[in-house]
Amino acid sequence: MVLKIFFPQCCNKADSGLLVGRWIPGQNSAVVLAVIHYPFIPGQVKQYIHQMRGQSGVDLTVLGSWSMPKEGQEGMESFLRDLSTIFPQGQWLQLSREMGKIGFRCHVLTRDPNGKLIQQEKELKEDGGGEKGGKGGEGKKGGTKRGGGENKVEGEEGGGEKDKVIFIHYEQRKVMLSQLHPIENGVPDPQTESQLPQVFGTVCQSEPLFFLDKYDDGPVKMTHWQSEGREGSIIVELMKQASTPVCLLTTWILTLWTSLCSSRILNVRPMRFISSKLSTCVQLSYRTEHLQTVCSPTRATAHNHFMRKANIFVSFFVDVSLGLLLVSWMYRENRIGKLADTLVPAADYVAKELEELLQWLMGAPAGLKMNRALDQVLGRFFLYHIHLWISYIHLMSPFVEMILWYVGLSACLGLTFALSLLSDITALLTFHIYCFYVYGARLYCMTVYGLSSLWRLFRGKKWNVLRQRVDSCSYDLDQLFIGTLLFTILLFLLPTTALYYLVFTLLRLVVVMFQGVLHLSVDFINSFPLFAMGLRLFRSYRLAEGVKFRVLCEEPGTPLHLMMDINPLKVSSVVQTYRTPTYSCYPKDSWLALCKKLFLGELIYPWKHKTTKID
Amino acid sequence: MQNGDQHYSMEDETYTDIDGKAISLECQSHSGFCREFTVSSAKVSIGRVMAYTCAVWLSAYIIFFVTENTAVLSSAIIITLVGMMVRIHFVKVDHETLLIIGSLGVQVSSSYASGRESTDFIEMGKIKDIVINEAIHMQTVIYYLCILLKDPSDPEAVSSVVPLFQSSKPRLNCLVKVYKSCQEILAKC
Repeated sequence: MVLKIFFPQCCNKADSGLLVGRWIPGQNSAVVLAVIHYPFIPGQVKQYIHQMRGQSGVDLTVLGSWSMPKEGQEGMESFLRDLSTIFPQGQWLQLSREMGKIGFRCHVLTRDPNGKLIQQEKELKEDGGGEKGGKGGEGKKGGTKRGGGENKVEGEEGGGEKDKVIFIHYEQRKVMLSQLHPIENGVPDPQTESQLPQVFGTVCQSEPLFFLDKYDDGPVKMTHWQSEGREGSIIVELMKQASTPVCLLTTWILTLWTSLCSSRILNVRPMRFISSKLSTCVQLSYRTEHLQTVCSPTRATAHNHFMRKANIFVSFFVDVSLGLLLVSWMYRENRIGKLADTLVPAADYVAKELEELLQWLMGAPAGLKMNRALDQVLGRFFLYHIHLWISYIHLMSPFVEMILWYVGLSACLGLTFALSLLSDITALLTFHIYCFYVYGARLYCMTVYGLSSLWRLFRGKKWNVLRQRVDSCSYDLDQLFIGTLLFTILLFLLPTTALYYLVFTLLRLVVVMFQGVLHLSVDFINSFPLFAMGLRLFRSYRLAEGVKFRVLCEEPGTPLHLMMDINPLKVSSVVQTYRTPTYSCYPKDSWLALCKKLFLGELIYPWKHKTTKID
Repeated sequence: MQNGDQHYSMEDETYTDIDGKAISLECQSHSGFCREFTVSSAKVSIGRVMAYTCAVWLSAYIIFFVTENTAVLSSAIIITLVGMMVRIHFVKVDHETLLIIGSLGVQVSSSYASGRESTDFIEMGKIKDIVINEAIHMQTVIYYLCILLKDPSDPEAVSSVVPLFQSSKPRLNCLVKVYKSCQEILAKC
């Protein structure tokens, strides 16, 4: 198998020293994490590596030696070979690079089971069919181009194994910060795990190794991505310090609030029913849960938890700021007062339009001839209903402005609250349309059921409830007579009830569509992963779908050099993976089932409000 | 081109795709176990672009002449521009590349006319084999090169198939060349 060496880009120009990293079992690969420079004391190096192994949990070892002789320095061939005796390994890598040349060279020394060193001789072959001409990097990274060629290491006569080497250059900081998707939950089996997750996992877990920079007065001097100085940001540190007391305070307030909400007074049946129907209350409980997740004082360890917390926090923040913007816009120039002033006339207008509609239905709507008596009864019944409703609205009208003013302040809690409030106000103002729809639907439903049952009687059949099928039945003569009479009556009354039902169902559907749009947008704001989207757009290396390789331009006679870039996750996968689970409002029935229900006159509740969260 | 480059671009045979349009195949051998194959389709033809644009704008002018509504003209312009942008960024594939690195994996990448590249890398541990499959497409039988992926639970079974060169659709002679090269590398490692 080909030997693959993952080499960090930051160590390309490092001084000579020892290579520290990890061998990946079963894949014949090595990940180089850092270079420890001369002069060092081997005992201290061993102690340091042992300490790091414990801190990071990664199986760190000394992989080999790195030699980049500066001008005036002699080659350290024999010194480097002797080093392998101090750090006994199964395989010892000797990487070397010359100034001015771009290619690396690699010797591999193996120990046989007796501990004796078998030196494998390196032979540089420049074949005619030798490897050349990498597809040059299109200057994406502006990286230096390195030579590559095949490096054949031939064993003794008997063996004849041709070992080959590939150098894979990676950018250490990006690989450390990135997270490979799909995310494995649980601890994978190290034997069967594939190579790339192991490489990423190794670099990610070796974070303690990168804490030592060149300004520290430690026993070892290393080169890695942070050796020029540890990265830090004052704002992040300040926020970390401030976050704990803020989190504790918020958690305490939230526990108070939840205990208040679950107290006995507020938990009476009617209140519970109303609060489950009002979308504002639902949204409130939902946001409380969110805040509890975000403000929990424990740190998020797994990537998923961290992303979820971050997403909730960012979307809450954006929601609240949009809500505040809306409130400031509405309360300036007393727009809310103007809105309240238009509410009652708007309700009046709706009532007037409904009255005109009923008058039209009571006449000869669309040229159809209605059954006069039933028409009048239904029309007058609904007209009286509207009259009652308008009276109640007028009764409430002096208080409307004040109520709206105070309730509108709750939009400070977020744009989602404003939208849910709007949906609730619509529901309350169009309550009479809902009532009309229920009356019309029930009437129509009864007519249809009666008709179908009497139609069976007309044909001499009966519905067998036990067997759930239609059976023939012999009726008495008077049963048949009355049944036929009733059937005829219902049949001729059907167009009137059907027309009323149709009109009110259409009105109800319009209102439901409007409420549905509002609920969908609330749901969207709640569940859209803004933080993950931001990461994908601005730090795309943090969410990785995989890697991509680029062959670096090669010099003849050196091994193959590849550049490993991170392939960012697709935007659709980002949304799918990191969606915050919500109570989604999805249509309960398919279109066909909905049409069937409409035809039969069954009451429809097209938006199913799930009480349990779905992902 | 560098000296002694294993770089075959001018071939004696000309390759075509299954519809008969000319395509070109380029093979690069970076190392004994690393090879790269690029299949390039025909570029966006300026004649066709101009023909479509003229047709759309002529019809827009005619409609404008009849209806005297300037919105028709602006909408025609917007539609043409947006359509062109969508086509070169999302639809038109310029070339497709297969990079096979022994004992590391296979990288498949498509490059669109606007320069956008979409890449996918499959590790060697997941690859069972690279084969040429037959498919019946309408009234023809076409050949396509594909990678068979192993099922993690059952090493002998094939869990999925990744077809290669889906936009350029080269014919069998081109596929056989790529297949032979790939099999050499898969056999070595």
